[in-house]
Amino acid sequence: MKEKGMWELINANEAAAHAVRLARVKVIPIYPITPQTMIVEVIEEFIAKGLMTAEYIRVESEHSAMAAAIGASSAGVRTFTATASQGLLYMHEVLHWAAGSRLPIGMAVVNRAVGPPWNIHADHQDAISQRDTGWMEFFVSSSQEALDSILIMYRVAENNRVLLPFMVCMDAFILSHTHMPVNIPDQDDVDYFLPEYRPPHWSLDPDNPVDMGNLTMPEEEYMEMRWSIERGMKNAREVFKEAADKFYEIFGRRYEMVHCYKVDDAEHIIIASGTLASEAEVAVDSMRKDGRKVGLLKIGLFRPFPQEETRTILSKARTLTVIDRSYSFGYGGPLAMEIRSALYNLDERPKLVSYVAGLGGRDVTYKDIEKMVLHSEKEEGKNMITYWYGLKERVRSSGFEEVI
Amino acid sequence: MPLTVKDLMKMEGAYLPGSAACPGCGLSLSFRIASRVLGKNTVYVVPACCFSVVQSPMPLTSIKAPILNIAFAAAAAAASGIKRAYETLNKDINVVVWAGDGGTADIGLQALSGAAERNEDIIYVCYDNEAYMNTGIQRSGATPKGAWTRTTLKGKEEPKKNVPMIVAAHKVPYVATASVGYPFDLIRKFEKASKIKGFRYIHLLSPCPPGWGIDSSMTVDVAKLATDTYFFPLYEIENGKLRVTVKPPKKRPLKDYLSIQGRFRHLSDEEIEKMEKEAIDWWNRLLEMEKMESIL
Amino acid sequence: MGLSKELVLPISKPSRGASGKTGTWRVFKPVIDLQKCVKCWQCWLLCPEETILADDVPTVDYDYCKGCGVCAKICPAKAITMVEERE
Repeated sequence: MKEKGMWELINANEAAAHAVRLARVKVIPIYPITPQTMIVEVIEEFIAKGLMTAEYIRVESEHSAMAAAIGASSAGVRTFTATASQGLLYMHEVLHWAAGSRLPIGMAVVNRAVGPPWNIHADHQDAISQRDTGWMEFFVSSSQEALDSILIMYRVAENNRVLLPFMVCMDAFILSHTHMPVNIPDQDDVDYFLPEYRPPHWSLDPDNPVDMGNLTMPEEEYMEMRWSIERGMKNAREVFKEAADKFYEIFGRRYEMVHCYKVDDAEHIIIASGTLASEAEVAVDSMRKDGRKVGLLKIGLFRPFPQEETRTILSKARTLTVIDRSYSFGYGGPLAMEIRSALYNLDERPKLVSYVAGLGGRDVTYKDIEKMVLHSEKEEGKNMITYWYGLKERVRSSGFEEVI
Repeated sequence: MPLTVKDLMKMEGAYLPGSAACPGCGLSLSFRIASRVLGKNTVYVVPACCFSVVQSPMPLTSIKAPILNIAFAAAAAAASGIKRAYETLNKDINVVVWAGDGGTADIGLQALSGAAERNEDIIYVCYDNEAYMNTGIQRSGATPKGAWTRTTLKGKEEPKKNVPMIVAAHKVPYVATASVGYPFDLIRKFEKASKIKGFRYIHLLSPCPPGWGIDSSMTVDVAKLATDTYFFPLYEIENGKLRVTVKPPKKRPLKDYLSIQGRFRHLSDEEIEKMEKEAIDWWNRLLEMEKMESIL
Repeated sequence: MGLSKELVLPISKPSRGASGKTGTWRVFKPVIDLQKCVKCWQCWLLCPEETILADDVPTVDYDYCKGCGVCAKICPAKAITMVEERE
């Protein structure tokens, strides 16, 4: 394939801004928050330099950013915003509103810990805690993925069979501020992949007035509308595959809902997402050198959750090490919970051991991942504990069962 | 040429009879009239308020215009997004917020302030029934001092939040107060606002028979009394220049306004005297401001 | 490319009487004495429900009139009376 696009050394924030430019997004309501601010600033630069034409709304809060995005998308244009952590939490109410209105709004979330106390570093709590809203969620592990997935997800979101908003999630600082080589696609190719958005279902049009969201009663169609959102999610799995195939055809890069790394003969599979997954690849290679048959399943598409794929791939392994970078208090690691559910119907289930690591940006190296893998080998796997890895000595030494 | 009743009859409004509005509702009355002036080429944004319910339950709606219902705090922000989107499409469509006092003075104030500061090209209309009426008469920031509500059983202690002046402080092109008690003043203000570009704010007094404790037939009369007693003055501020647009030829005593409303019936003569003095003071201040080239 | 049956949207279509035949809410109904009417059309203007029709003469749309009584109150010619509804 002839080399297309242009190579640049950029971070995931800049990559996201390029994607927004290439997608010809028309309205961008956006509010700054560390570590997303560079997305805000680069878009401002693009507009100032005439590299993109868009209405840039410097809103006064994240809640208003999402509300403005709902307004713009309702008027019938492609819309984008970006946020992190507290900002994402602040717009939680209107996230539900966006999904319920069936608006294919795009958003970049730079995954950052939630306070208190203030912590600007990598953590998935912000995005994971939005998993019930009806938003599609795709976790990336590189700047290239950040750029490409925004384009792919717009194509998925705007499909007739889906019509739901999406967030592309990238780890704070580790991705947002780390420069990597990225191939920036040509505008013509992106225009071909992503034609202009024209809402097929409804919009605010005086020539055809509709009322969106007025009061309803139990015997009216509220429950059917909620079911319809789920149908959109179901279809999204298929539409994602179609979009990823088309993307490969034009740009030569492959994307899947879940990415398999050396799983074919693996007896032990690690499951993780974001940069924990890219670090886990190094751990896999290191352990393979020692003769261990380890593999990695990277979860890209978290919502809709790829139950079928995970069940098929993971059923062949003996042990599963699931590493979460967020926590559902009073229960355990969210990814581990979802994997457990996906495996429930198997006649023979692999052993699953759940870990939480890297909260608040605490560093997780491939050596740490190796330790978790070795720990899970020794575990019976008959309990529901999520093990807390990497806590400080003063907690570790107190002998709590779940702290390793 | 000012619009006459005959002119208005020929204009199509967006209100269809048979809505869920209470009999005598100030909201439906003001919307009926204003939507004619705003015209068919208008979309409305409605946060949580009486209007959300007045539209009627799904699958039908009593409003013959595109409406985006939106979360309580977000009306002005959603409207900003819509208008900017139309601009990218080169569509000249009016975007109008039609919000209650709660979604304007309290929970909606942030978004309102943001949109005003950015001078978004929208009209923000607050129909003020002076409490959270949709949820059963609880006080809002716009409830006047002394008014009974279910959360101010002895009468609200704090003064009414002066939202028009707050918006005016953002230096927007047009701010006005209006009332169904003076319909032609209301019509003229909507006409004027429609012709201006930038952020326009109209604060409408919208009497509420159940919430104010008045007979449903009194909507127009009580609104007129509010202005005639100086309790709700009608003025406009155009690029900082203030004009009192209705100067009642004969000021009525405040007691005439307060005594016919159940929500003020508990007030003592002393309290009324105090309130009257405050109203007259504010009226005089407005007259002083009229003399200035700009009030900011 | 039509929209699928799976798409159930939270949208409503405009209609008169969206809350039903609101005329049934009435206790009193307005009756216009055309002899006294001076055709100032204040009743048409100030009806909160848009149920006074602008025909040759003001006519009440009893299907939706909620009987609030504003028209009777503000009519300068006192041409409108509120009459109690009988079953």
